Amino acid sequence: MSAKKLNLKDKYRLLTRDLDWEYSYVDRKKAFPYEEFEGIKITDWSKWEDPFRLTMDAYWKYQAEKEKKLYAIFDAFAQNNGHLNVTDARYVNAIKIFLTGVSPLEYQAYQGYAHVGRQFGGAGARVACQMQSIDELRHVQTQIHAMSHYNKYFDGFQDWTHMHDRVWYLSVPKSFFDDARSAGPFEFLIAISFSFEYVLTNLLFVPFMSGAAHNGDMATCTFGFSAQSDEARHMTLGLEIIKFLLEQHEDNVPIVQKWIDKWFWRGTRLLSIVAMMMDYMLPNKVMSWKEAWEVYFEEAGGALFKDLARYGIRMPKFVEVTEKEKEHVSHQAWWIFYNYGHAAGFHTWIPSDEELDWLSEKYPDTFDKYYRPRWELAKKMEAEGKRFYSQALPQLCTTCQIPMGFTKMDDPTQIAYRSSDYEGEKYHFCSDGCKHIFDEEPEKYVQSWLPVHQIYQGNCGGASVEEVLRDYYKLNLGADNLDIKGSPDEQRWKEWKGVA
Amino acid sequence: MSKVYIALQDNDESRYIIEAIEQDNPDATVIHHPAMIRIENENSLVVKRETVEEKMGRDWDVQELHLNLITLGGNVDEDDDQLSLSWNV
Repeated sequence: MSAKKLNLKDKYRLLTRDLDWEYSYVDRKKAFPYEEFEGIKITDWSKWEDPFRLTMDAYWKYQAEKEKKLYAIFDAFAQNNGHLNVTDARYVNAIKIFLTGVSPLEYQAYQGYAHVGRQFGGAGARVACQMQSIDELRHVQTQIHAMSHYNKYFDGFQDWTHMHDRVWYLSVPKSFFDDARSAGPFEFLIAISFSFEYVLTNLLFVPFMSGAAHNGDMATCTFGFSAQSDEARHMTLGLEIIKFLLEQHEDNVPIVQKWIDKWFWRGTRLLSIVAMMMDYMLPNKVMSWKEAWEVYFEEAGGALFKDLARYGIRMPKFVEVTEKEKEHVSHQAWWIFYNYGHAAGFHTWIPSDEELDWLSEKYPDTFDKYYRPRWELAKKMEAEGKRFYSQALPQLCTTCQIPMGFTKMDDPTQIAYRSSDYEGEKYHFCSDGCKHIFDEEPEKYVQSWLPVHQIYQGNCGGASVEEVLRDYYKLNLGADNLDIKGSPDEQRWKEWKGVA
Repeated sequence: MSKVYIALQDNDESRYIIEAIEQDNPDATVIHHPAMIRIENENSLVVKRETVEEKMGRDWDVQELHLNLITLGGNVDEDDDQLSLSWNV
């Protein structure tokens, strides 16, 4: 009689938790030195369970299949000149932001999970982090491969790692992950697995990737959804992690709540860039940022926090502010980039009349009142040959590092300006959320590498903005930056399409 | 009442999985987006291996769902016969 095939639960137990061993000659505290300092109490690691019960053998099998499907599509995309099938050349600029701003975060996530995967005392958690670490490495690799095709035909893709480390607006995503990775291992999990993966990444990977498909970008849609198939597992892990920590000890509850508050707000600020990509950079629209926020945060997150209420967890602090912000952030963010289009590694533009009408329809309470007049003015100035670029460097928020352009949500004509004093210095913030995060850990955030401060301190080369952009950021001035109108990207696109 | 949801890539395999989900969860709502299909339901949703196999006409491992999965919301429980999503209410 042949041996009976193991069922999923037994297989998971044998191939995951039972791989662990007792430490006979090494002090456990020395083997896992980061496990206690954050104040999190773990009484029984064996209670950790992956609800998918994925074991390494099954992991490799399914990941290999995902890769084969994905690379077949990349080949087809390249062989069929897929870049010619996107809606228009403007669209590709969203992908430039993705490569310079998001793909390096995948690499940071790979490093982060490799690190914490070593630091947990429980084998279940270590295996889950190991899988996620490998997933994240796969994501950065597939994204580079997918976008290398665009690099052959468009400007702005050539030096993305260099740009990620230096360019002013890319310090927003970079500092987000630096913050998470320089925290303890449990905070890292709440920051990335729970707050980012569970609560917020749907907003990046689901409606935006559906938008890529809707704009003819088969490669991006496919790597996005292939990555997201891993994210679905990461999200589930994020939810298990939080339940595990809350069930282990009641002392964990206030610590976890504080991290949720912090990382929810950090995440919403990071996503303001995605908001503008969805509302302004996709020529064919899928849904507005506001609608996406309602489906993927208010509805899905609402259900989640109702479920967690039994542990004494409440909605993140400042969630009521985001309810108002969904009406404003995308418009305010794109306006910032339009003003600084000369200093960006991608092209900017004024929305077309059709797009302005779409925005009016999607944002009936705010767009016509606050934002449409700005674009009408910009259009008029451009027609008169007076396209305006802001020359002064903007003040940045010390926490999120976004230029201080967001307004008070109850008075969208006034910049929301907040500040704190710490050891004789003044620090500036874009919101109560960012000020609160600073006030909780000032000794961490006073060390922020703020791009504008660094330029003024002379740490970014040359005396002029142009020198910083050209020599320190390595932007190809006149090609990578400025408006799409009159750019080499636009000129090539017109030649390919046979329009004058 | 809270909604659980699952989204799959819009492809030939998912078509059968969606048919199976619709059969086993008659109250579920199916929403089509570009390149993806989202199904949501109040409180719980189940994907049963047996029903998917019947629709596909071949053996199907519940873990194969990962190949076409985009996202989901709700507490997950998976074994050899099914994957379920639920909120505690």
